[in-house]
Amino acid sequence: MSILVNENTKLLVQGITGSAGSFHAKQMLEYGTNVVAGVTPGKGGEVFEGKVPVFNTVGEAVEKTGANASIVYVPPPFAADSILEAADAGIPFIIAITEGIPVNDMVKVKRALAGRPVRLLGPNCPGIITPGAKCKIGIMPGFIHQPGRIGVVSRSGTLTYEAVYQLTQLGLGQSTAVGIGGDPVNGTDFVDVLRLFNADPDTDAVIMIGEIGGGAEERAAEYIKAEFKKPVAGFIAGQSAPEGKRMGHAGAIISGGKGTAKAKIAALEAAGVLMAASPAELGTTLKQAIAK
Amino acid sequence: MKIHEYQGKEIFRKFGVAVPRGILAHTPEEAEKAAAELGTKVTVVKAQIHAGGRGLGGGVKLAKSPAEAKALAGQILGMMLKTHQTGPEGQEVRQVYIEEGLDIARELYLGMTLDRDSSRITLMASSEGGVEIEEVATKHPEKIFKRSVDPVVGLADFQARDLAFALGLAGPSVGKFVKFAQALYRAYVETDASLAEINPLVVLKSGDVVALDAKVNFDDNALFRHKDLAALRDPHEEDPNEAKAHEYDLAYITLNGNIGCMVNGAGLAMATMDTIKLVGGFPANFLDVGGGATAAKVTAAFKLILADPKVKAVLVNIFGGIMKCDVIAEGIVAAAKEVKLAVPLVVRLEGTNVDAGKRILKESGLPIVAADNLRDAAEKAVAASKTVS
Repeated sequence: MSILVNENTKLLVQGITGSAGSFHAKQMLEYGTNVVAGVTPGKGGEVFEGKVPVFNTVGEAVEKTGANASIVYVPPPFAADSILEAADAGIPFIIAITEGIPVNDMVKVKRALAGRPVRLLGPNCPGIITPGAKCKIGIMPGFIHQPGRIGVVSRSGTLTYEAVYQLTQLGLGQSTAVGIGGDPVNGTDFVDVLRLFNADPDTDAVIMIGEIGGGAEERAAEYIKAEFKKPVAGFIAGQSAPEGKRMGHAGAIISGGKGTAKAKIAALEAAGVLMAASPAELGTTLKQAIAK
Repeated sequence: MKIHEYQGKEIFRKFGVAVPRGILAHTPEEAEKAAAELGTKVTVVKAQIHAGGRGLGGGVKLAKSPAEAKALAGQILGMMLKTHQTGPEGQEVRQVYIEEGLDIARELYLGMTLDRDSSRITLMASSEGGVEIEEVATKHPEKIFKRSVDPVVGLADFQARDLAFALGLAGPSVGKFVKFAQALYRAYVETDASLAEINPLVVLKSGDVVALDAKVNFDDNALFRHKDLAALRDPHEEDPNEAKAHEYDLAYITLNGNIGCMVNGAGLAMATMDTIKLVGGFPANFLDVGGGATAAKVTAAFKLILADPKVKAVLVNIFGGIMKCDVIAEGIVAAAKEVKLAVPLVVRLEGTNVDAGKRILKESGLPIVAADNLRDAAEKAVAASKTVS
């Protein structure tokens, strides 16, 4: 009925007493997410919003509550450490929202997580939501979503909202919407998510949103061509971006002629993905892709 | 963040990366004194600007005496140095680096940066030094050797040795290259660099391996733990609007078009630029106000956009998630009144509290054009830009 998160997800919030963490923890609770614990070192014993116990360590939180996913709102200097702590405590799915983690920290984290039974989403991502299970893990506005059968995967936060909102307006809704984040070193990538959507009987088609920089979209195109069985509509942001200028996201840069929107669009089109000319047409492009 | 060559070399020196002796000069007199102090037969006068390609642009010259160093510094200081990286107007040279001349036997290339595919720091070396490495990469990819570094182990001796032999080094130069590469890796990791590029890396007739140039960039996200490095920022090298944006923590890039953009989220900001272009216009900037912008930040963003005299229309595109549309609307109205907005303003709001936001705009009495979606907004902005002379 969805991928990665559902009604069985028991969420832990790392950094629950901070300004971003507490704001979004409240929003997630309101949406219906099963938030079972929070962690802020030194604030163990407090109770958040009268119902969520706060612990000093992730290990203790997992032991007492059985949390099986963790969202990280911890500020950049400490975020890498928080991801490692969650992995060490045996959390199988870690969602890192934090924007601005030093790249070298993520190089180490990625090396440390390699070969372990843990999946990282992000960092610098909006999170993941399965509207049908009332499970929102992230910073996305819940009200624009609607249960449905379209998967969304994106490197950009606000462009995800754009796609989701159009799907809702068209009455199609979403099975699961996943933001993989805009950093150069991150966990889950397009191919990982597409594989899951391919196997999910309750996802009929997918919207994929990429941006300039790196080679993740090209790898996704190869995978789609080889194995993906469902219709895909796509968009690549940054077609008008000049070379050598970093467009906000640490990963969004064209350097040495690599990572251009043109190359990515060509690769995806060759894989049979129907590309939208502007994000305003993401929903209608998906409809066309399904009708094809 | 970028720094100057001389700053990069100071950092290299601290980590034991071999560099020539050099002295910074701000006047022709200082240059003459520096050349005399270095005492070599030949010295090199090097313009210090961030852009690459300085040699071809006439910013690097050989001096055979301190008097010649003075004369050359006189020519270079104050010039608008044009290279393929500066743009057509060039960049003003405000300081020169005077360096000792060396007996060069070979010119090589050594670079270090993140390889996104492997999520590891990667060394790139080439026997084709002194030329554009991108050109080598396209024409002779077989002449570029790469080694990726396991962050737990660091750069292993054998990896550096491999590269040395691949570059055709022999004798004591092999060991010197290994020492050089490892010192460079330490400098890269400990300063949280995002790029360390040495072109050319030279082998001297003595067998020594020395960095003749140094291009070092730092990871902006790691500057919080390197206050000393953050202080190396040179605002003269930055676009004035981009420097101001930095103060307000806004992601802003100046572009050449005439439609100013204010958007929340980097992806949506890029997509807004793309859509403007798609409907026949040109964006004046990239501007991401971020996820948690306040009315004050919106006002600052607005002023920044309007400080660009090229701007003939402004397009605001906000998908309010965490950001509330009414807060954005208040910011827009306050800013438009404060700066006495003289160009058309097209606003597309969507998301949290959108109705309240639209009402604020409508009741403000300002000539704001409302748009329904991104394409509609782009079309209206392009049309509006043509009504302003």
